[in-house]
Amino acid sequence: MERFDCVIVGAGHGGAQAAQALRQNGFEGSVAMIGDETELPYDRPSLSKDYLAGKKPFERLRLRPEAFWAERGIALRLGRRVVSVDPAARALGCDDGSTIEYRHLIWATGGVPRRLTCAGHDHPAVQYLRSRADSDRMIAALPGIRRVVIVGGGYIGLEAAAVLRELGKAVTLVEAQERVLARVAAEPVSRFCEAEHRAQGVQVLLGTGVEEIAGAEGGGCTVRLSDGRDCPADLVVVGIGILPEIGPLAEAGARARDGIEVDAFCRTSLPDVWCIGDCAILRDGPGIRIESVQNANDQAATVAKAICGRPEPYAATPWFWSNQYDLKLQTVGLNLGHDATVLRGDPAGRTFSLVYLREGVVIAADCINAAKDFVQARKLIEAGCHVPADLLKDPERPLRELLEVV
Amino acid sequence: MGTITLKTRDGSVHEIEAREGVPIMELIRDAGIDELAAMCGGCLSCATCHVYIDHLPEGAELPGLGRDEDDLLDGSDWRRPESRLSCQIPFSSSLSRIALTIAPED
Repeated sequence: MERFDCVIVGAGHGGAQAAQALRQNGFEGSVAMIGDETELPYDRPSLSKDYLAGKKPFERLRLRPEAFWAERGIALRLGRRVVSVDPAARALGCDDGSTIEYRHLIWATGGVPRRLTCAGHDHPAVQYLRSRADSDRMIAALPGIRRVVIVGGGYIGLEAAAVLRELGKAVTLVEAQERVLARVAAEPVSRFCEAEHRAQGVQVLLGTGVEEIAGAEGGGCTVRLSDGRDCPADLVVVGIGILPEIGPLAEAGARARDGIEVDAFCRTSLPDVWCIGDCAILRDGPGIRIESVQNANDQAATVAKAICGRPEPYAATPWFWSNQYDLKLQTVGLNLGHDATVLRGDPAGRTFSLVYLREGVVIAADCINAAKDFVQARKLIEAGCHVPADLLKDPERPLRELLEVV
Repeated sequence: MGTITLKTRDGSVHEIEAREGVPIMELIRDAGIDELAAMCGGCLSCATCHVYIDHLPEGAELPGLGRDEDDLLDGSDWRRPESRLSCQIPFSSSLSRIALTIAPED
């Protein structure tokens, strides 16, 4: 049996940052990080972008060099999955039968891809994209693949579509909603992205779902859609969201809904158990889990400070990015509950922003090839000020100037 | 091959081994310096690998400041004329002995 002063479950962006932030904040106790993958912490967003495209080798994705963890006194227990939490004994049970005791526990497990459940969902052509192993499996299969069906028009689906088109594959993207990015962006951004993908040769099918994956003669499969259409495919990439990996912690009694509930310091309802990143949901926050590197990193810093006795509530402005073809999409803020949008610039010019307001206050912005707006919208959001729509919509007027006029 | 002289936020100075063609952000990260968050992994979507160029070797030239880089740096409260995003500077032998300081955290 091992015992550590702080055990971090999850070796992704959140876990890795928590470990290093503990040391940066002067934590002198023993630290261990448990990860179910065998890899050292790596940059996950690249899996659906440069790594899948073959533009970056895996070595360049490592968040820290191999020696770093030992130098910082962070024990790595990789290739191991935590299957139970005993909050009374402060002990974790692992899938290899081992037990690890903790003084503090940071749960940073992220999520697993939501799976298809239709007939044929286990067809070998069906693949997901969340881990290095997923990406490697796809890369290994690519030479023999001509036709790809992508299920899901969210960021993962769109990024995969862009890479696979650039690699010359015939790509069909199927989205159950009436527009892509329906969960995260308003219509003008959705329509712009849809048009870009169509212009790149992606067949975009909206408002239809997958009924069945049928085996086909001579390898590959047929994706049968709810509108009756059949799409032949050599590869089916499913990107329909993630499910938070919270089972053992929820079973141990941590208050949970679609994620582990945490307070502003990322504390769960269990003593000395903290939760960060994709699998956490702020109790008094926007009511959704935030799936982003920024959120994982900044919550890791929040936990480290709290454990080191200098608590500061989590108050970071969310931001996110996606790269598709030559497009840079950057989002700042959260558009939940917006009651108005203002378009800055002309989507036809491929540089524009969509600003989201609630009761006249700027709460978020989606910026396409518009880093200046991305940077300056943050200041407006953080200022929480009212900005007249007619000033916002003029792309010639820098957003920063609006801070001064209002 | 070559070296980079890096001053971290605590004022200590590190000599870092540099490899041709690798962005300076990755060289700093791979040297085990943990002060650069480099959250977007070097794809020019944030400004968390911000450094100051303190000294450029004679005859050396940096790649020009791109529009996006310029805009992202503008979001930092710590921008100075010698500010750059280290992910945007691939190392080349002519840059050997370049001296940098990691900018304060925003």
